Amino acid sequence: MMRTSDDILPVVGLEIHVELATATKLFCRCRNTFGDPPNTHVCPVCIGLPGALPVMNRRAVELSMKVGLALDCKVADYTKWDRKNYYYPDLPKNYQISQYDLPLAADGRLEIPLSDGSTHVVRVLRAHLEEDAGKNIHAAAAHTGVDLNRSCVPLLEIVSEPDMHSVEQVLGYARAMHRLVRWLGASEANMQMGQMRFEPNVNLRIKRGDVEFRTPIAEIKNLNSFRALERTVAFEIDRQYAAWLEDPEGFSIDKLGKQNRGYDDDREQTVFQREKEEAHDYRYFPDPDLAPVVMDKSWRDSVAAEIGELPLARWKRYTEDYSLSPEEADALTQDPETGDILDEAVDTGADARRGVNLLLGRGAALANERGCAIAAVGVTGGQLGELVKMQDAGEVNATAAARIFDILTETDQSPREVAEREGLLAVSDSNQIEQWVEQVIEASPQAVEDATGGGKKQKGAFGFLTGQVMQLSKGAAQPQEVQQILRQKLGL
Amino acid sequence: MTDITELSAVELRDAITAGDISAVAAAEAYLEAIDRIDPRLHAYNEVHRDRAMERASDIDRRLSAGERPGPLAGVPVALKDNLCTAYGRTTCSSAILADYRSPFTATAVRKLEDAGAIVLGKTNLDEFAMGSTTETSATGPTLNPWDTGRVPGGSSGGSAAAVSAGICAAALGSDTGGSIRQPAAFCGVVGFRPTYGRVSRYGVVTYGSSLDQVGPLARDVSDCALLTAAISGHDPADSTSVPADVPDYPATVDTPLENLKIGVVREFLSDSLDADIRQAIDSAAETYASLGAEVREVSLPYSAIDRDDEGNISSHAVACYYIVAMAEASSNLARFDGVHFGHRTAERVRDIVELYSRTRAEGFGDEVKRRVMLGTYTLSAGYYDAYYNKAMKVRRLIHRDFERAFETVDVLLGPVAPTVAYRLGEKADNPLQMYLGDIYTISVNLAGLPGLSIPGGVSKAGLPLGIQLIGPVFSEQTLLRAGHMFEQASGIRRLRPDLAGT
Repeated sequence: MMRTSDDILPVVGLEIHVELATATKLFCRCRNTFGDPPNTHVCPVCIGLPGALPVMNRRAVELSMKVGLALDCKVADYTKWDRKNYYYPDLPKNYQISQYDLPLAADGRLEIPLSDGSTHVVRVLRAHLEEDAGKNIHAAAAHTGVDLNRSCVPLLEIVSEPDMHSVEQVLGYARAMHRLVRWLGASEANMQMGQMRFEPNVNLRIKRGDVEFRTPIAEIKNLNSFRALERTVAFEIDRQYAAWLEDPEGFSIDKLGKQNRGYDDDREQTVFQREKEEAHDYRYFPDPDLAPVVMDKSWRDSVAAEIGELPLARWKRYTEDYSLSPEEADALTQDPETGDILDEAVDTGADARRGVNLLLGRGAALANERGCAIAAVGVTGGQLGELVKMQDAGEVNATAAARIFDILTETDQSPREVAEREGLLAVSDSNQIEQWVEQVIEASPQAVEDATGGGKKQKGAFGFLTGQVMQLSKGAAQPQEVQQILRQKLGL
Repeated sequence: MTDITELSAVELRDAITAGDISAVAAAEAYLEAIDRIDPRLHAYNEVHRDRAMERASDIDRRLSAGERPGPLAGVPVALKDNLCTAYGRTTCSSAILADYRSPFTATAVRKLEDAGAIVLGKTNLDEFAMGSTTETSATGPTLNPWDTGRVPGGSSGGSAAAVSAGICAAALGSDTGGSIRQPAAFCGVVGFRPTYGRVSRYGVVTYGSSLDQVGPLARDVSDCALLTAAISGHDPADSTSVPADVPDYPATVDTPLENLKIGVVREFLSDSLDADIRQAIDSAAETYASLGAEVREVSLPYSAIDRDDEGNISSHAVACYYIVAMAEASSNLARFDGVHFGHRTAERVRDIVELYSRTRAEGFGDEVKRRVMLGTYTLSAGYYDAYYNKAMKVRRLIHRDFERAFETVDVLLGPVAPTVAYRLGEKADNPLQMYLGDIYTISVNLAGLPGLSIPGGVSKAGLPLGIQLIGPVFSEQTLLRAGHMFEQASGIRRLRPDLAGT
C-alpha cells in the first residue's frame, strides 16, 4: 500500500482467552480434556440440566491468581461470579458464569522483549475467570450437533489496554503471554486445541498536518494462531487506512464506533459481521448459586510462592549478567527448565558462556532431532556444570565435550566417568603427543613440504597435519599443545 | 385395626419398626387411598406404584434381617414435582418438561429415601413453582380437600393437599416466597421452610436461587421435625448449603422452651388481615402467655403494608421479592429452549431464534411468561440500578429489621396469609392481588430465615387458619419446639377435612 506523508499510529488492544490446565472443569468434576469423542466428559452441571448446581474449582482460581500476580496485577481480596445472559446452542444454560464488575485481577502489566533488544510495556486492564462454552459441530447440511466436552472448562480472559502500536508489538505481547502462561503451568496454551484464542481491537490514529483522525475500532473475533493474529492486524491497519483515505470524515470512530469483524482464514482478510440484535445487553447479575470468593492474604501468598523467576526477568539477567545475545536469552527462556539447568551449572562454579554453547549447540541440535525441549534431552545442571569445568581446566577439549554431552543424555554417569570410559580425557603427556606428531610427519611428506614451503598452501597443510594428530589422539589431545609441538618439529 | 393412613409418620414408623405393620401394607394402604381420593383432588402428577411397592418390600426384608432401615423406615411420602428423581418424570407441572426424566435424584430426596422413606409419587404445583394457588399448573389445578371449590394454595399445593387428605404420610415441598407455608395454612397442615442453606437445593428445579428452600409438609410438628432432620445438612454439591451441624430435632421437639419471648409483628396485624386469622393469632398469643412465654409487640418497618389515598396497598417486601425472584427466574429458566432437553416445537423453523421462541411460547404458561418477561426487563441495561440493585438494598434493610427484632425476642408470631383459601379462579385474573397474598411469607425468604406454618384453628366457614412462627437463622430447633408447645396446649393438631363432602 502506498503511504502518504500521513503520520499513522496503529492502536491495538488484545483480549486473550486462555483455557486453564486444571484436571477438572470449573464448576463440576468432569475431566478437562481435549480430543475425546463428543459429549464423553459431561454431567448434569456442565450440560445445564434442571436442578444441577455449580461448585467452584479452587485450583482454577489459584492458576488465575498466579497469572494475575505474574502480570503484576492487583489480585482482588474478594471476587464474585456473575451471569452473562445470552442464548446460543453451545451454551446449555443460556447464561455463562463469568466475572463482571469485580474481576479476579486488574491493573497489571506485561513487559515484552523486542527484536532490537529493547522492551515494551503493555498494561493489563483486567483478567477474569469464566466457563468456556461447548462447540457447535456443523456435521451435515441441515443438522448441527453440539459437543459439550468443552462446556464449563475454565477460561481466563486477559484484557490489555490498547498499548500496542505495531504488528511486532502485538505479536510480541501474544507470544510473551503464551510463554508466561505455559511457564507458570497455568495453561498448555495449545493453539490447535483452541487453548489460547485472540481477539484484537484495532484502529488508527492518523495525523494529517495538525488534525488527528481516529478510525472506527474493529474487533476481530476468535483468532486461533499467531499467524492469523499477525495477518489480521496487518490487514486491518492497511484496510482501515485505505478506507480512511477514501472518506476521511465519514470513516471515523465518532460516526461508526466499534464493529465486529471475523477473520477469513482462506482469503486472509477480515470481513464485517452483522451486529446481533441484543449483543450488548447481557443482563449481568451476581450468580446466586455461587458464594463470593475471598482471596485472603495467606492464600495469595501461598500462590505467589509457587511463582519463581519470570521469563522476562530471566531474559534480562541472561543478557546482562551472562552477556548473552537477545536471541540466545530468548532461546533459553522458552520454558523454566532449560534456564534452570544453565543456572544450576553456573551455581557449581561453571562458566556460563561455555554452558550456553553446549546447551544451545548440542542441546538445541538434539532437541531438534528428538522434537523435544532442550531441557528434555536429559542432561542435568550438575552434569553440565562438571563438564564445563572439565573443559575449562583443559581436561577435555571442545570436541570431546560435545561428545560427552551427547552421551550424558542417556546416562546418569558423571561427565568424568563418561570421559574416562570413552577415553576422551585430554592427553597432556607431551611424549605421547610427540610420538603422534612424528608418526604424522613421517606419513605425510607432501603436507610437510607444503607446510614448511611458505607458499599459500602452508596454512591448509598445517591444519591438515594438526587434524591428523588429533585423529590419532581420538580427540583427547589439546589442539594448542599439538600445534606447538608440530611447529617445533617442523622448525616453524 | 386402625386405618394405617390415620397414623402420623412417627407412629407409622414405630409400628413398622416394631413389626406391627409391614411397610408393604403401609404402601398398599396409601396407594389404595390415592386411587380412592386423588381423582377428586388431583394432588399427584404421577404415582410411582411399582417402585413404591418394591422399596416397601425391601424395607420389610431389611427389617426381618435385623437391620434398622432408618428413622423414616417404610413411611410413604410424596414429592413436589420440581424435585428431580432419577425415576419417573420431573415436570414442574410445565408443558415444557412434560416428558422430562432427570438422570439424577435431588439430594433432599436421596436423604429422605436413605432414611427409609417410600416415595409414592410426584405432586402438582404451580408451573415452575410460580403461583400461590396451584392453578398455573399445566396439568390443571389441585383442589383443596376442605372445600373442592377452593384452591389448596401454592405453589406446593399438591403436597399440602396430599398430606391434608391423608394420601401420603408426609411430603416435601419447596418454598421461594411462601410456597410451603401458605398451602400448609390453606390445607390445615404443618409446613416448614428451613433456613436458607440448611437443606441442599441440589436437584430442585430452580425458580429463585437465592430464595428457594426445600422443606416438609406434615400432619403435626413431630412429623415435621422427623422429616426436617432427615433432609438437613451440608451438601458439597450445593455451594449455598451451609456446613453446620444439624441438631437432633425429633429428640427435642417435645421439650417445652423456658423463658420463651414471643414477638407479635405490629405491621402484620393491619386491617387487610381476615378477622378470623387475626383472632387465631390473638388466641395463639394467649396460649403462649398461659405457658409462661413473654409476648410483646415488635416492628418490622420494611415488611409493612402501605395504603395510598385510594386504598391501593403496596409493600416494600412484595416489590423487592418480585424483582429478585423474577430476575433470577428469567435467567434460571433460560435453559428451557428446546435444544438440549424438554419440549421442542414441532413447527418448521427458519433459524435457531425461531426455534427458541416457538418452543418457549408453546411450552410455558402465562404466569411463567409474565415472570420471565418482568425479570428480563428488570435486569436490562438502564433498568438494573432502578430495579434489581434497589431491590438488593431493600433486601438488606428487611434483613436488618429482623436482626433488630431478634435482639429482643426468640420467635415472631404472625399470620401466614391474609385470608383463608381462595375460591378457584378468584385471583387468577389479578396477578398483583395474588402477589400481595404473599405479604406475610416473603420477608422470611428475602432474609433467608426459617418459618413454620402451623394450624391455628378453623374459621367460622370451616376452613383452616394458619399461623406462622419465624425465627433467626438456624433456629429450626426453637421453632419446632415452640410449634409443638402450641400444638399440645391448644389441642389444635392433625386437622382432617371431611372428605365425604368432596
